[in-house]
Amino acid sequence: MRFGVVVFPGSNCEADCYHVIDEVLGEGVDYVWHREKDVSSYDCLILPGGFSYGDYLRCGAISRFSPVMEAITRFAGEGGLVIGICNGFQILLEAGLLSGAMLRNTRLNFICRFVDLRVENAGTPWTYKAREGQVLSMPIAHNEGNYMVDADTHELLANEGRIILRYCDRMGEISEKSNPNGAMDNIAGICNRDFNVFGLMPHPERASEDILGSVDGMVIWESIMAHYRGKG
Amino acid sequence: MTELYEELGLTVDEYRDIIRLLGRKPNEVELGMYSLMWSEHCSYKSSKMVLSQLPTRASYVLQGPGENAGIIDIGGGLAVAFKMESHNHPSAVEPYQGAATGIGGIVRDIFTMGARPIACLDPLRFGDPGKARTRYLLGGVVSGIAGYGNCLGIPTVGGDIYFDPCYDENPLVNVMCIGLMPKENLIRGLAKGKGNAVVLIGNRTGRDGIGGASILASQEFDESSQEKRPSVQVGDPFTEKLLIEACLELLDGELLVGLQDLGAAGISCACSETAARGNVGMRVYLERVPLREEMEPFEIVISESQERMLAIAEPDKLEQVMEVCGKWGLNAVVIGEVTDGDHMEMLWNGEKVADVPASTLADGPVYDRMAEKPSYMEEVQSLDPESLQHPEDYNRVLLDLAGGPNLCGKRWVYEQYDHMVQLNTVVYPGSDAAVLRVKGTSKGLAVSCDGNSRYVYLDPYVGTQITVAESARNVVAAGGVPMALTNCLNFGNPERPDIFWQFREAVRGLADSARFLELPVVSGNVSFYNESFGEAIYPTPVIGMVGLIGNLIHRRTIAFPREGMLVCMLGETRRELGGSEYLSMIHNLVAGQPPALELRREKKTQATCIEGIRLGLIRSAHDCSEGGVALTLLECCCAAGLGANLMVEDELEPIYWLFSESQSRFIIALEERDLVAMKELAVKREVPLSVLGCVEGSRLSINDWIDLEVEDMARTRDEALQDLMEGGVQD
Repeated sequence: MRFGVVVFPGSNCEADCYHVIDEVLGEGVDYVWHREKDVSSYDCLILPGGFSYGDYLRCGAISRFSPVMEAITRFAGEGGLVIGICNGFQILLEAGLLSGAMLRNTRLNFICRFVDLRVENAGTPWTYKAREGQVLSMPIAHNEGNYMVDADTHELLANEGRIILRYCDRMGEISEKSNPNGAMDNIAGICNRDFNVFGLMPHPERASEDILGSVDGMVIWESIMAHYRGKG
Repeated sequence: MTELYEELGLTVDEYRDIIRLLGRKPNEVELGMYSLMWSEHCSYKSSKMVLSQLPTRASYVLQGPGENAGIIDIGGGLAVAFKMESHNHPSAVEPYQGAATGIGGIVRDIFTMGARPIACLDPLRFGDPGKARTRYLLGGVVSGIAGYGNCLGIPTVGGDIYFDPCYDENPLVNVMCIGLMPKENLIRGLAKGKGNAVVLIGNRTGRDGIGGASILASQEFDESSQEKRPSVQVGDPFTEKLLIEACLELLDGELLVGLQDLGAAGISCACSETAARGNVGMRVYLERVPLREEMEPFEIVISESQERMLAIAEPDKLEQVMEVCGKWGLNAVVIGEVTDGDHMEMLWNGEKVADVPASTLADGPVYDRMAEKPSYMEEVQSLDPESLQHPEDYNRVLLDLAGGPNLCGKRWVYEQYDHMVQLNTVVYPGSDAAVLRVKGTSKGLAVSCDGNSRYVYLDPYVGTQITVAESARNVVAAGGVPMALTNCLNFGNPERPDIFWQFREAVRGLADSARFLELPVVSGNVSFYNESFGEAIYPTPVIGMVGLIGNLIHRRTIAFPREGMLVCMLGETRRELGGSEYLSMIHNLVAGQPPALELRREKKTQATCIEGIRLGLIRSAHDCSEGGVALTLLECCCAAGLGANLMVEDELEPIYWLFSESQSRFIIALEERDLVAMKELAVKREVPLSVLGCVEGSRLSINDWIDLEVEDMARTRDEALQDLMEGGVQD
């Protein structure tokens, strides 16, 4: 399986994603420069975290105009797997590949720590290997993870099972207290209609090795690979 | 009327020296260049003589002081570059930008050497936490570090924070950066090869930060300090991130001869230092420098605009250099060339606006300052803690210490820093040292920053030795062998004999302890003039220690691993409350003698701890420092979420046993079956080992002195700083 890690100026988790795909999963991986116009040779594209273009405007607002975004939109339209992590999620929102927007965290501070996440839909290419209701421990690291969407779209997301991950406590309970950033309905990750585009604020690549304190992120990578192998 | 040279911070003697060196009067541009290059900040004119006694060599030191950063060999073809610096005055004037550009500067120092920055640590000192200004400064500094460092994708993995009214007006913002590189990538900040191009890469030059080194960094503060705001630079982390990637790509492609960052004194400093190091001259065409606004040549040469690099490249590689910079969307302009001789020439549209020998800029004056023992010392040292009335509710004392601003948990701070990016952080902030793995090897780096200025105030020589010893001890507790250190020496006005005496004694302490513990000093920084309204801060040497963990299975945290393990103390406790957090917090006293440090004992204790870890006997280790054994045990419990039941037999009264800050001690946890082997090891090394009890339950209990629920201790400790910062406490 071949992954492409998209690099925008200011991305800073691209090497981490590359490391996990290459060293931990042992799969094929390339960096895809933001000027690239053809991404059709990849089986899955990763938009990594970081501060593309410094996030001086709204996060992701400039990156969506990168040449590669047109190619990614085409790729996604043809059913290609696209996962946006943190800043990558923000870019997917700005590009309209996913619905909603990000506000600043309610406490207005950057937050970097492990959070617990409940898997809300285990029937997607991103969560095949998880159990519904399973609690995953992964780090978040962001300023703007306060997800927001209009009420109608929210209902649609919920009804169509497109809310994939929600912030919860260790027991899997969803509450205000387990919400680190004020995200609507504790939403941490969502999919598009066809479930081939996934955006999430937590960093699965930071939870893919024992030595880093959690391997719960592996469930996402393994799901992607299982989905691909099933398809292939 | 004041003369221009005075306004620029030069003395009349220095001005005469310039005339003597040039054989004529300097013009305005030249005077500007000398005023910056000869400022305390750039020239180390007051500290150079004293610093020469520091040990700087070891077989594994690839680069000692004098370059942008020190470098050590960690084997396997890899090297580690690191350095610490201060950004105190800019942060006092504008905390967010001051701290942010501090990160920018130290990070450039690291990748300038060819290393990829892999971690930052930030030792911070602030004033009275009850004051609104302190909270404003702390909030601004932390956001500045977060805003800049997080954007760069460099994890901030450690540091420390202390509060004392002596820092009310003059907070300390020290920044340390660590980089990793293949040994062969090492590049130096030097120019060579006549005809080679001098390329300016990165941001456009503007009027920001004019005179930062001379006006901000080399003068004390007074009422006019706020007017110095224009001297603070403004940071652009996005461009810095591009610079890191572009420069490392240039070095990977072996496209450069030399690389130098532009920091204090801007183009003046970068050009003259690279030329002086390479024993060459340089001709610079100032009209080629990309500007943000219309500027005079005088301003262009001294502007401290951030995120700029100076590269020296052979002409036939220029095209490739430009291509790499273009790929990263960076400005890159050939602003000059390397010449024979040692003339530093600056031209402005064909007109020569400066022409001075480069070496005379880079090698500034050297002063042997007057030193005199300060009069306060005898008085503060004379306090006998035995004469005090000590409280008897030890639970209360312990909770007060644990919830006090100095010893409380710093989660509120480090959760604002991305401390995980790059996937190397394998021991997160909150332990004695952060541990970074070295990918592709089984090795790790243990890194720690330390500096107890209260001890140094009470006794600069002993206090600084303790700082070095403690920093090494922190690295040892994490399972690392201390390798080398960097430092930032924060002091008052060196022209005052009492301050200079503190400085001299502190450096003597640094030199003696570093030599004894075999720790080369590979880089460092001196920050003088940390005064406001005539009052100096406590002398504050801060040490940054880097240690090597040969195999990461030997990494340790402070957390008790599991119930049933034995809790032991390595080392012994003495009647030493002088300079303690207990005295300060409970009695509001900064007095007495700091705890004694015997270097031989320290070395033996550290060696025992390291050996115990390597043999797999020691399962967790925590250095005992501020707050004494009681606080150390509390931290081991809180980190683990486990209690401990301890029965202590000691002739010391509880207040001493619990809160003395005696040196050369660790709290360790062992499996019961390993006790015999551990005892043998301790006997062999002649280090006292005592069994205190075992890990169990959810309470910390020590004789009938302490009995507290771990959850309550953890809450007190964890919430204190957030309550302080977000609770809206009034002045």
